Amino acid sequence: MSVVAELLRRDLAQMFAGARRGGAILPVLFFVAVAMLFPFAVGPDPVLLTRAGGGIVWVAALLAAILPLDRLLAPDLEQGFFDQFAVRGIAEEATVAVRLLAHWLSFGPPLMLAALPAAALLGLHADTLRTVEWGLLAGTPGLAAIGLIIAALTVGLRAGAALAGLLLIPLAVPLLIFGAGALSTGGQSGLALTAAMSLLLCAITPFAGGAAIRAARDG
Amino acid sequence: MEGCRLAVKDLACRRGARVLFRGLSFELRAGEALQVVGPNGTGKSSLLRIVAGLLRPFAGTVDREGSIGLVDERPALDEHLPLGRALAFWGRIDGGGFKSRESASDRLGVTGVLDVPVQYLSTGQRKRAALTRLLCQQAAVWLLDEPLNGLDTGMARECEKLVADHCRAGGLVLVASHQPFEVPGLRSIALADFAS
Repeated sequence: MSVVAELLRRDLAQMFAGARRGGAILPVLFFVAVAMLFPFAVGPDPVLLTRAGGGIVWVAALLAAILPLDRLLAPDLEQGFFDQFAVRGIAEEATVAVRLLAHWLSFGPPLMLAALPAAALLGLHADTLRTVEWGLLAGTPGLAAIGLIIAALTVGLRAGAALAGLLLIPLAVPLLIFGAGALSTGGQSGLALTAAMSLLLCAITPFAGGAAIRAARDG
Repeated sequence: MEGCRLAVKDLACRRGARVLFRGLSFELRAGEALQVVGPNGTGKSSLLRIVAGLLRPFAGTVDREGSIGLVDERPALDEHLPLGRALAFWGRIDGGGFKSRESASDRLGVTGVLDVPVQYLSTGQRKRAALTRLLCQQAAVWLLDEPLNGLDTGMARECEKLVADHCRAGGLVLVASHQPFEVPGLRSIALADFAS
């Protein structure tokens, strides 16, 4: 148990302090920047922005999820951390599960906070904002899980970083459809489906990521 | 120290399309040390990684008892952290106390650089830091991949003494090195003899 706590402490320290893994700060700034660009691009029409705003926030969140991917696992693999964990009998599944939790904590809640200024920039109504926030709470664990799986799968590749971004987008489309779809239907079923997908993704991530890291050693 | 044993039987290793070695067998008991020698590319590092359980053997079996300590060319210390804190992370994982860390860093001569970030350390200092981590880990089975790389002659002798002390304390050491390694009772095996 103490080992897990220790791993989590290290992961969080790396993700928050100074954004060494491109961690918490960069995706949030990117997220707000995307939300800020839209009014410039489509014009300051409040009706249009209010209608499209919720979807824009979702697209911004998806794009922000790409940023930290290349720093999630690659440095630890290069520096031999995973090998040292493995010889100590700490399973890759455990390290990946801890990494997933740390990654979400440094990605989900900061993004939900940043959705507030983004909503102000786009002129979202309060009830739209509420749906967006619930949607992000339901969807960001899924985005974090997809990101971590992709980071693990591309960790041994030379062009991994660029490939990771391309891979994430199609895989995240279902989350986007139901998460952002809840905005237009106004129903909770979309949010529930988003949350269900996130849970499933979070459940398979430790196993998929662990297997990918072991495979990367053989490569 | 806990009991330890290492038995390798009919081991073969394949990297890519090439079989690096085959038919390798040896057995080590507590207190014994074995040096694997051979030119570059004969599979010394691969052998160590197979023994550590990090690579799957192409054929054959590895039977081992006892906790594993591995030192290779990557120190596995957080680059941006001062060395002391980077070592303290492993100390907390391995459950070693501050005292043992202090004496280990004294022995490896890294006490003076404990507050220097790992990224500013030289090759030799990194190797010493990795050996400090190994010493604090208190593992029974040591797997050392080119432990003398980057060490100056004085520290190389100290490293040989570490291995000798570890064997005397009931540990087991497998060293992969192309450099001469002098430890009393050290057996050696030439990997090139098993090349296929």
